Amino acid sequence: MTRQYAFHVDISKCTGCKTCQVACKDKNNLPSGIRWRRVFQYEGGEWIEKDGQMIPSNVFAYFVSSACMHCEKPICEQVCPTKATYKREDGIVLIDQDRCIGCRYCSWACPYGAPQFNPEINAMSKCTFCYDLIEKGESPACVDSCPFRAVDFGPLEEIRAKFGTFSSPAPLPKPDITHPAIVYTPNGSTKSSGDVSGQLKNIEEV
Amino acid sequence: MAKKNLLTETLNETLLNRRSFLKWSSALGGTAALTGGVNVGLKAVDKTAPASEDKTLTVSCYHNCGGRCVLGAVVKEGTVSRIVADPSKETKPDDPPRAIPCLRGRSQTRRVYAPDRLKYPLKRVGKRGEGKFERISWDEALDTIAGEMKRIKKQYGNESFYFHYASGTQWKGPDGRPPIRRLMRLFGGYTDYYNTYSTACYRAVMPYITGGSGNSANDVLNSNLIVLFGDNSVVNRNGGDNFGCYLLDAKKKGVKIISVDPMLTDTAVATEAEWIPIYPGTDVALIAALSHVIVEEDLYDKQFMKTHAVGFDEDTLPPDALRNSSWIAYIKGNADGVEKTPQWAEKITGIPANRIIQLARQIATSKPVAMFQGWGWQRRAYGEQPVRALPVLAAMTGNFGIKGGGPGMRPSGKRFPMGSMPLPPNPVKGRIPVFLWPDFITRGTEMTDGPRDRVKDVKRIKANMKFMWNHGGNTIINQHSDINLTKKILEDDSKLEFIVVVDNNMTPSAKFADILLPETTSFEIESLLTGEGHTEKGTVAWAIFNHKLIEPLYESKEIYWMCDQLANRLGIGDQFRDGHKNKKEWLLDMVAEARKKIPDFPSYEEFRKMGVYKIKDDKPTIAFENFVKDPKKYPLSTPTGKIEVYSPHLASQNDPKEIPAIPKYIPEWEGVSDPLRKKFPLLMVTAHAVQRSHSTFDNVDYLQEAHPQAFWINPLDAGKRGIKNGDQIKVFNDRGEVHLPAFVTNRVRPGVTNMPQGAWYTPDAKGIDTRGSANVLTKYYPTPFAKGNPQHTNLVQVEKI
Repeated sequence: MTRQYAFHVDISKCTGCKTCQVACKDKNNLPSGIRWRRVFQYEGGEWIEKDGQMIPSNVFAYFVSSACMHCEKPICEQVCPTKATYKREDGIVLIDQDRCIGCRYCSWACPYGAPQFNPEINAMSKCTFCYDLIEKGESPACVDSCPFRAVDFGPLEEIRAKFGTFSSPAPLPKPDITHPAIVYTPNGSTKSSGDVSGQLKNIEEV
Repeated sequence: MAKKNLLTETLNETLLNRRSFLKWSSALGGTAALTGGVNVGLKAVDKTAPASEDKTLTVSCYHNCGGRCVLGAVVKEGTVSRIVADPSKETKPDDPPRAIPCLRGRSQTRRVYAPDRLKYPLKRVGKRGEGKFERISWDEALDTIAGEMKRIKKQYGNESFYFHYASGTQWKGPDGRPPIRRLMRLFGGYTDYYNTYSTACYRAVMPYITGGSGNSANDVLNSNLIVLFGDNSVVNRNGGDNFGCYLLDAKKKGVKIISVDPMLTDTAVATEAEWIPIYPGTDVALIAALSHVIVEEDLYDKQFMKTHAVGFDEDTLPPDALRNSSWIAYIKGNADGVEKTPQWAEKITGIPANRIIQLARQIATSKPVAMFQGWGWQRRAYGEQPVRALPVLAAMTGNFGIKGGGPGMRPSGKRFPMGSMPLPPNPVKGRIPVFLWPDFITRGTEMTDGPRDRVKDVKRIKANMKFMWNHGGNTIINQHSDINLTKKILEDDSKLEFIVVVDNNMTPSAKFADILLPETTSFEIESLLTGEGHTEKGTVAWAIFNHKLIEPLYESKEIYWMCDQLANRLGIGDQFRDGHKNKKEWLLDMVAEARKKIPDFPSYEEFRKMGVYKIKDDKPTIAFENFVKDPKKYPLSTPTGKIEVYSPHLASQNDPKEIPAIPKYIPEWEGVSDPLRKKFPLLMVTAHAVQRSHSTFDNVDYLQEAHPQAFWINPLDAGKRGIKNGDQIKVFNDRGEVHLPAFVTNRVRPGVTNMPQGAWYTPDAKGIDTRGSANVLTKYYPTPFAKGNPQHTNLVQVEKI
């Protein structure tokens, strides 16, 4: 068994369709408003007038698909007052919903907003890495679902060996808070955490 | 019992059953319900149970996206628990054809178990269109329909019957469109239609330019440069091994991609295409200017245009053509005195002249260049023109009929030779252009084969429409132009006297039914489907065995059963069945047909076990390759056998202003130069949205949540109006008003807006649409030659609410 599972998302293949989000919801039967996987749309640039015509200046857009990062240093685990949140030996971070009292400290602490309160059960919920599927030798629902094969998973060392170590595309935060188990392959216009040239455009959707 | 709650009833029993079965593990309480685990928010998965309890069976979407992806449905105890990708998994993930379903396919269970699923036959009790219905029995529903069919036939004749265009259900054979057609033809016939709402102009003029579509999609891997004109394939054909997959592969290989489009599309984002933003409806001005540069700089294939084309220059015009009616004469301005220079085009297209010059050089010197047109640009006021213009550019730059190049059309696709349900001839001759169906209601007997209506196969239509069948379609209100006008026509039930709607959900069109029949979905029937043809999957095609997963919900029935029952009531049951004991025997015929063409094709029962059967060519298809090598021996299917830059047939229409013999830039009504922009300054297109297949899936909660309906507007236009991203706005013109949120984005050029088509018309008490239904604002005004739908040509004004 690996010490740490990780996702890989190839931004240079992502069309922003959110099949990953929908497949996750279908597999995990999530109600409206709970999105364990979300897709951020980041956009920048401006329109300027040049020689009498309006032209785009550095206009760019890209999509960042993101779920729980199953961090190496999960801050959600540290802040949980009931020890409901825990990290497994394979690195997958889970919430024991029987222990969870729904206080939401984890949701406030997580820089990615991964844990989400589910009012139906009065407890927190989040991506489980589809550990049930992994244990059967299958892929997580999001990985299996991408029509453009942009999502992958594996042991963190292998994912890093294959795809590098970039883990912080804007609008995601810097990785030094929690050491997320994630690797992104950027496209040509991907900015890094802290970038102020663009904006998150779909805040209602994430 | 007038049923307000039929429309608003919340989760149905089946969904509740599904939920209680698949309940959140925590709902099981504090007991150790999960073997060897804790409650972490997974579905209740009993890990000690043998895996064989889950069956994964193949089904498919059956809507009009062109995808036809293979869905694996995980079935447990009579419930579909989730959707997975093609379970046959016989190919590697990166090796086509593995048709991975998109978000729409992945949400199919939410559609099947949707709260607005039609449950029982209904009859209208209120004003037509009001949506007030009463539950009736199947017997009463079928008796009523048969009675009305007999009455209307006696009173008005078979010419007054109409089976409307609909694309929501695309089964092969007895589960699709054929049963109603078969029934109606045996009953004496009906007035038919030609054209579609997708490709009216493309199909109408293709015979007069190239005679066919382009290279197969996988040939883009052989290109040096790909130029997309209004092509957003990753959205329009999202799932499966579609064109978008090949474009992404090409990008990965290092092929440069350029997107000429009013919007920075998802396709352009994902393929990192260079975006050349253009005003919609001005593409022919751009192509004329590109030609101008290429001719001026002598970068074109003169010899090829002499031997393979008609009317590129004066020497190759037909003998009876007027002087200065060639393409060269047009771009030089010999006839109209306007030279089609980049500076001229800049003022029309909004693209700087220097960028036009640069693009012309790129296209002329990067051979092989693959140029593709989307269909959006032909759903415009003069949609015939750009379809014919791009092939001229492809031909003159030597890209026609070569590997990695192409003729500037859509990619071609491979066919799968599955049979269908045979149809007897229609005793009623006469077909209307589908977009003109409201005219068939209001002035059918005035419709002729002349230039106004372009009726086919008869000189004049003999009746007004009195009876309409609408099966799996939303085009009687939602997807047709000018909803407020259509609504008035339909509300008058003294004109169109009877409407039967067959559907899965309470769509806006279903609300206009007199009798409304609930049909089964793909989860509830055993049937056959193919992924092929215009679906642009490279050189791959496949057949899918659609397993019956669950019993039909409520009282929903198959269309074959409905038609069979009606045939009995009309005294034509034996002819309808033609010796077939049941629906399955028709499916067996279809498989027999496939086995004739593909000897290796399995038997019906073997096919059931396989789920999917794929065929694949090794090499990409290069359209017109032989024609390029030897045009005499391998002529095109055009009337002249050559590339018709000048079309003698179009010249013979005697309408040079609107149906020119060569493609021309024709300034549009409600286009960029219409003075009406003083009142309604913003151009509005109505592009496809990824969350819907046209209007199908608009009722699905997971998709609404993922991609809420919103109106694209540039920050400069929004800023002038005090509109911020996410603000609720009103969009209006003289035809209607729509309220929806704004998506303020640099991804659309200033002056242009987009209201994605397909949202379900949801009027408030004042008749204002509250959901973002684009056709409240579109104009019912057909294109000159094809009589196609111009639903992307609109002017609107926008205000913050």
